[in-house]
Amino acid sequence: MTFARNQWYVAAYGREIGRELFARTVLGEPLVFYRSEEGEVVALADRCVHRRYPLSESRLEGDTIVCGYHGFTYDKAGACVFVPGQARIPRTARVASYPVVEQDSFVWVWIGDRDRADRSRIPRAPWLADPGYTTVSGMEPLAARYELLVDNLMDLSHETYLHGGYIGTPEVANTPITTEVDEDNGVIYVSRHMADAACPPFYAKSTGIEGRITRWQDIEYHPPCLYLLHSRVAPVGVLPEPDGTDPHGFHVEVVYAITPETEHSTHDFWAVARDFALDDEGVSEFLRESNRTVVLQDVTALDLLERVIAAEPLGYQELSINIDTGGLAARRILKRMVAEASEVAPV
Amino acid sequence: MSHRVAMLRGDTVYRVHWEPGTDLLVGVCHCGAEHDSEDPVALWDWLLSHPEGHDRG
Repeated sequence: MTFARNQWYVAAYGREIGRELFARTVLGEPLVFYRSEEGEVVALADRCVHRRYPLSESRLEGDTIVCGYHGFTYDKAGACVFVPGQARIPRTARVASYPVVEQDSFVWVWIGDRDRADRSRIPRAPWLADPGYTTVSGMEPLAARYELLVDNLMDLSHETYLHGGYIGTPEVANTPITTEVDEDNGVIYVSRHMADAACPPFYAKSTGIEGRITRWQDIEYHPPCLYLLHSRVAPVGVLPEPDGTDPHGFHVEVVYAITPETEHSTHDFWAVARDFALDDEGVSEFLRESNRTVVLQDVTALDLLERVIAAEPLGYQELSINIDTGGLAARRILKRMVAEASEVAPV
Repeated sequence: MSHRVAMLRGDTVYRVHWEPGTDLLVGVCHCGAEHDSEDPVALWDWLLSHPEGHDRG
């Protein structure tokens, strides 16, 4: 299995892209990003067409990049507008430009055939740019293939073992799970709904709920890149309204963007948004530190797993059990996306 | 059964319900057919083979 091209991927947070040239590799393609003088994000192939020098190690002049090796100069669309020592600009002197959309605090980039890029197909994480929520976020580099992070996030039973003491309670592990797959829309949803659970001290303190709670923990994965964990707590018996609004629930939206860097490394973007205790810096600090700790525990485990897998002979037979129902669905849809992308690839 | 969770609303949603503490998975196809299994791989195979073997009896 390799990458699913012809898909949108998160390349960066919007805050990472400014008037400095910024390098990031996505699906094995080295890209250079910058913000134009008007503020739009530009993404180009990070290799000068002349002698492959990284444009990210070059200079931004207005809205053009001047190659730091011989001065080839490219505009926002990747067209070469100046070559050194001659007036004629060769017809093939251009670098690829990539469709980019800035949305929900992320910079999304389309990796694939330009004319198939449809921005309406980018999955949403609206909480990250909603003033009704407070968000903490970060990104950790993972020296492991992205499929391992998908497996990890689709099966939260690892919380009890890998993240003991941070997240996961016996009630979470003992709750009925429903796995749903929307075949047409490519969405996988894993629900854990606890009707009557103990309120973890963090939620009791930060929401003011007294007594036991109704607690939901729902995974919504939009392959290949966007993973959402909807965590909802409310006093026992308080459910969302029939119209879908939920004025009496407290919500933590955990968002991951899983972006392959190479076949053996991944950008692990994570964000935690909440709609309560908005101005409480102590709550922000707790969520930032606990989530980052959990992400780093995953990084250590998955980096180790990558080394194990990379060194083993092909054909290892894994064992899947009931808790893998959602993970198996995710793998199948990813496999389908990879296959679809290779079918339409130019020959 | 009313206690079964259903969050997605599309026309082609496959569902697998599992009660931890038991080893049984119940697969429910978008056509309404149901099938029990203790093996998630076999259960996905059954669900995705729709409509084959999905007679609602």
